[in-house]
Amino acid sequence: MAEIALREALRQTLREELQSDERVIIMGEDIGAYGGSYGVTRGLQEEFGEERVRDTPISESAVVGCGIGAAMGGLRPVVELMTINFSFLAFDQIINNASKLFYMSGGQINVPLVIRMASGGGAQLSAQHSHDLAGWYAHVPGLKVVVPSTPYDARGLLKTALRDQNPVIFIEHTALYGLKGEVPEEEYSVPFGQAQVYRPGDDVTIIGYSGSVHQAARAAETLAERGVDAEVINLRTLRPLDIDAIIQSAKKTGRVIVVEDDWRFGGFAAEIAALIQEKAFDYLDAPVARVCGADVPMPYAKPLETAALPSEDEIVRVALAMV
Amino acid sequence: MTTTRTRARNQTELLDLLRQMMLIRRFEEKSAEMYARGRIAGFLHLYIGQEAVGVGATAAVRADDYIVSHYRDHGQALARGLEPGAIMAELFGRTTGVSKGRGGSMHLFDVSRRFMGGYAIVGGHLPLACGLGLACKQLHTGNIVLCFFGDGAVNQGEFHESLNLAAIWRLPVVFLCENNLYGMGTNVRRVSAEPDIWKRACAYNIPAEQVDGMDVLAVRDLVRKAVDHARGDKGAYFIEAVTYRFRGHSMADPELYRTKEEVQKWRENDPIVRFRRLLEERGALDEKRFQQMESEIEQIVEDAAAFAEQSPHPDVSTLYEHVYKE
Repeated sequence: MAEIALREALRQTLREELQSDERVIIMGEDIGAYGGSYGVTRGLQEEFGEERVRDTPISESAVVGCGIGAAMGGLRPVVELMTINFSFLAFDQIINNASKLFYMSGGQINVPLVIRMASGGGAQLSAQHSHDLAGWYAHVPGLKVVVPSTPYDARGLLKTALRDQNPVIFIEHTALYGLKGEVPEEEYSVPFGQAQVYRPGDDVTIIGYSGSVHQAARAAETLAERGVDAEVINLRTLRPLDIDAIIQSAKKTGRVIVVEDDWRFGGFAAEIAALIQEKAFDYLDAPVARVCGADVPMPYAKPLETAALPSEDEIVRVALAMV
Repeated sequence: MTTTRTRARNQTELLDLLRQMMLIRRFEEKSAEMYARGRIAGFLHLYIGQEAVGVGATAAVRADDYIVSHYRDHGQALARGLEPGAIMAELFGRTTGVSKGRGGSMHLFDVSRRFMGGYAIVGGHLPLACGLGLACKQLHTGNIVLCFFGDGAVNQGEFHESLNLAAIWRLPVVFLCENNLYGMGTNVRRVSAEPDIWKRACAYNIPAEQVDGMDVLAVRDLVRKAVDHARGDKGAYFIEAVTYRFRGHSMADPELYRTKEEVQKWRENDPIVRFRRLLEERGALDEKRFQQMESEIEQIVEDAAAFAEQSPHPDVSTLYEHVYKE
């Protein structure tokens, strides 16, 4: 096993799929000559040519729509959007077309399309470049929503995404592109809808996805020093959601904290809390807690940005108050 | 001998164009009747008046070329050869409908005929046409995409993004604007800085022309030229077909925004009456033949309505089918 960065793990899968399947194409702003704004696609245009690794104009809606049409016409497109905030320009295409076509055509047209987008705060990119809005996409039937947190997951989940017959929203946290981890050199896939027990524990469950898995894991180390044994669940995909894994852990520990960068009000953490109270109410020793982003547009100034994002300290504080 | 045979074939083709327009007209009249009787719900946008555009354009493409359309899509679907009964059943919301009762009037689909759907977000399907074009080009299938949209679509961002994309990637897409002069109840002149819609394509270096959308042969011939251009790897082509809908925007439209005189003026330019007269002048059609066609079409439409009426409603147990493909 080699230790590689998450961006390289993604690139490995993209390269394998470009090699093995003629129908695979990648489209996005500055993914070719520039190498991708986060370096994921670096070198792929030189290797596979401008037709298969296509630089696009800044036209998110048309590019995503073009990806949908290309999928309808027999290609296996991957569209890269620079940030999740830009994906809102393509919201019409993603929601009104990609997610609904299979249904409204009575099962005639499926859309095997992967839309990759960078997400998450922490780099002082302020209000229009920094949100983690995975929960918004998870709200939509017809979409699958993938939120990797490690290079191993990123490589394996992207493989599954590229073999799926449905539109997949693949969300990459900007703070994790450089994160290194062990990744097998041979091909493998990580299935959708199977959460991972990232760290086993008995006293409290901390559920995270994307960047928050690492915050949860660090908080768990601090909690261990205080004698609290925390279990960390890495969701991997929000839709499909591994409800069984969540409920199993909730029943075991009786205390659950959900961590996400997204806004607290109406967020995905609330959905998880609702599911737990529906399915494990009698096992709970405390109300399900949420550690989320502050309900503000992301500020620029460092102290404000830090305060707007969930922190390990907050997770620890909430956990200690529960046990 | 050859000339005679060619003439005969041409005559059959011309009569078929007339027959298709008549079928659309009668089908739409029947739809309106079924809507009034509560058999059809939701929005119902009739194609009456615009028949020459859908029929002429569809006649100019191959059976394996793609067609993408807007929410006023019954006419193009019928011209493409979708079963009238299955279309009517879709309007009725029955399982035998072309989209199994999931789509309704605005979302007719038949992939087996490469009819890739009617779309109800104005302008939202233009990027899909680009993508289908990209697939044709990249997979070297030799096919093209015919994309219908209305005058309302041309002020949407997706229209401009799509034209630009089609031009820079030289995509085999024929953009066909059905300019019926009104986006719902708003005259195109009130909301378009350049009401000559074809001129907008010039900004994207796409060849563009305007055509009389009430003249089925003119539409067919221009679309043929555009299709040849696209199939010849010369990229996209843009056509503005100037037409008129004789009925309201939808069945819910009280038509307060235009005068009866204006509608009457356009009705005098009825594409079916015009084409019938032309065929009669050419000796390709007489009163007897026309009446025979009328009664055949009457039967097809009656059968379609009966088929829809007799078809089962979707079972509620199938509500969650077709959300995801396994």
